[in-house]
Amino acid sequence: MIHVNGKEFPWEDGLTVAEMLRRKTYTYNKIVVKINDVVIPNEQFETTVINDGDDVKAIHLLAGG
Amino acid sequence: MNVEKLKSAHKLLSEYKYELGKIDKGYTNRTLYVNLSNNEVKEKPVTQLMKDKFIGGKGFGLWYLWNAVTPETKWNDPENEIVIAGGPLCGITQYAGAGKSLVVSLSPLTDMPVDSNVGGYFGPLLKFSGFDALELQGKADKDVIVFIDGNTGTVRIEEAPLEAVDSHVLGEQLTEMYAKDEADKRNIAVVSAGTAAEHAYVGLLNFSFYDVRRKSIRLKQAGRGGIGSVFRDKKIKALVVRFAGVKGNLNNPADQGTLNRTGIKFHKEMHDFDDKQNRMRQVGTANIIEVMDQYDLLPTHNYKFGSHKDTYKISSKVFTKKITQGMADGCWYGCSMSCAKAVDHFELKTGPYKGQKVIVDGPEYENAAGLGSNCGIFDPDAILELNFYCDTYAIDTISFGTMTAFIMECYENGILNKERTGGLELNFGNTDAALELIHRIARGEGFGKIAGLGVKRMKEIFIREYNADPDFINDIGMEQKGLEFSEYMPKESLAQQGGYGLTNKGPQHDEAWLIFMDMVNNQIPTFENKAEALHYFPMFRTWFGLNGLCKLPWNDITPENNKYTDEPAKIPEHVQNYVDIYNAVTGSHIDKYELIRQSERVYNFQRIFNIRMGKGKRINDRIPYRAMGPVTVEEYLSRQERYDGQLKELLNYDTEGKTTEEKMRTLREYRESQYEKLTDAVYKRRGWTMDGVPTVEKLKDLGMDLPDVVEVVKKHI
Repeated sequence: MIHVNGKEFPWEDGLTVAEMLRRKTYTYNKIVVKINDVVIPNEQFETTVINDGDDVKAIHLLAGG
Repeated sequence: MNVEKLKSAHKLLSEYKYELGKIDKGYTNRTLYVNLSNNEVKEKPVTQLMKDKFIGGKGFGLWYLWNAVTPETKWNDPENEIVIAGGPLCGITQYAGAGKSLVVSLSPLTDMPVDSNVGGYFGPLLKFSGFDALELQGKADKDVIVFIDGNTGTVRIEEAPLEAVDSHVLGEQLTEMYAKDEADKRNIAVVSAGTAAEHAYVGLLNFSFYDVRRKSIRLKQAGRGGIGSVFRDKKIKALVVRFAGVKGNLNNPADQGTLNRTGIKFHKEMHDFDDKQNRMRQVGTANIIEVMDQYDLLPTHNYKFGSHKDTYKISSKVFTKKITQGMADGCWYGCSMSCAKAVDHFELKTGPYKGQKVIVDGPEYENAAGLGSNCGIFDPDAILELNFYCDTYAIDTISFGTMTAFIMECYENGILNKERTGGLELNFGNTDAALELIHRIARGEGFGKIAGLGVKRMKEIFIREYNADPDFINDIGMEQKGLEFSEYMPKESLAQQGGYGLTNKGPQHDEAWLIFMDMVNNQIPTFENKAEALHYFPMFRTWFGLNGLCKLPWNDITPENNKYTDEPAKIPEHVQNYVDIYNAVTGSHIDKYELIRQSERVYNFQRIFNIRMGKGKRINDRIPYRAMGPVTVEEYLSRQERYDGQLKELLNYDTEGKTTEEKMRTLREYRESQYEKLTDAVYKRRGWTMDGVPTVEKLKDLGMDLPDVVEVVKKHI
């Protein structure tokens, strides 16, 4: 189990940031991802693996009209 | 176009000569007062108190209005004013979004002050003509135009009987009439309304600028709160300003170098990142249509739902193809965000201009959502046609969308029928009926006259005359304080419910838009976190309106390193940019904390102004339940897994064996109690009593303990 934005989310071996975003249907293009407070560059979303127990933040930088 | 004939019918009522001035660090240090009842024109000095306490823009507007009206003044009394003011940064050309005007008046919808932020050239050209604000009071007997010539120092009030009223025609007529030649047209700005504003309470003001590439006027809207209705009630047909000689240093800033450097830094961000981020230069604010749908936030069928299977038909990709690309669509010089998009050569299919090919200014996101999905309309050309007619008739697109969606739900529930609507079958998705409705609103005809009064008045009429269930009507009528909600679905974000409800002028998202921070990012989980956000963001956003600035360049582009900052949601580098350009223009030495306090002074003043007008307390901050949760079984069942899950997770409520109605009642009690707790937390953070009244201590702390202001507060504590 991991936490995404403070809420529990099922984990499986090999889960990448990109796959997590797809499963959460987080489709917005200005998302900052942090794993245990470390920022993950966007170009590493496909290759960065999330470990069991990680605290993940997927912060949408969208502040409206 | 025979403008000579139109002009020959003008009758000069008053002419006033003034000395041309020079702007000093963002201020002309005088304002222009025009009384339409007796044609008095005079100048007023800008006092140090005004600059210290109110800064400019809507601060000046609120201060003048406060001094002009009494608690008994109604929107259509001669004493009511329309004040148009930019602010000390208005008219700079180095930073994006710096040509805004703020318009303030007593609203026919809310019966208290309303402010509306609008682009176009009027605000900057008014300032370069010598005035920090234009104050309009009184009522004319016949239609008049107020013309300000900023190069000769002349103000004229002219009777103008023959010109059109609808803005896309009138704007062209007056630009042609008052410009010396084609090259001079860029020096003309027109403020006008439209025929609907003569009948409806949702009238807007159009502010023009001349688009030299299209060789046509463009229109930007001061949409919210019905100020266009006040304008036509005063028999003002138009305001026209002419000023030739715009340059980048006319504000005479204290530090031109810092202004230049800060602007260049921003323009580079736009150049480098906009295509990868929000595509503001391609499609403007409409870039978020499908984003809202994907996150269940796009209001659909009068805010019942947050998404729809047909949203792809009105997605940003569709509008990107319709919008003319490659144009420098800034609504003031120097705006590299250039989001004032337009569809050219659009052929109208209905109404008095049927068959004509016109420019449609938009669509903005709010138009697509309000005129489209919220009414169940997923035809992009219908949205563009409604958009065009809203603008030229002077109908606020947000109010029209929300009130038409309300009408459609009432129609589908039998509260309205063909007999009551004059034959219109106003089901969700009936494009033809929506278009016919807008034409009837413009003519003030039949049901169109009722619709144009807005949701609050319609609720009263439907209950009184059609025997509608008051509980249902008040649950689904998406207005608060008399103003229609703007186009975001707040049900799953308590903070955004506060962002709509705990506001000064009503549920318009320009104070706080916290849905993603709250619902998606979960960055503000506690009441105290939400209250802090509902303090900071409304104050920060208020500041744009004090200075003649646009909000969009703040967070519709972000610096590359923003993600590494402590508070990415605030866009710290851009906050510092605003501190820097404010200091550079005015010669002040504020920091980001004083910036917030500048706003707090005006924000609390506006709250007290509302209280003085009999509004602005806790009872007025309640919102309809449709904004908080599912009103109908249909809504609950559409998201049953979500709602059942919340009942179990948050309340430990066993949903097994419970009817939908039982679950809805429990959910409602919970959500309404949450809103009350949020209200407590926000009032505490803002330094208000639990009835929503700013305390004398708070006013003293801010330096806003002006005697008249304290006197109002003391009556309510």
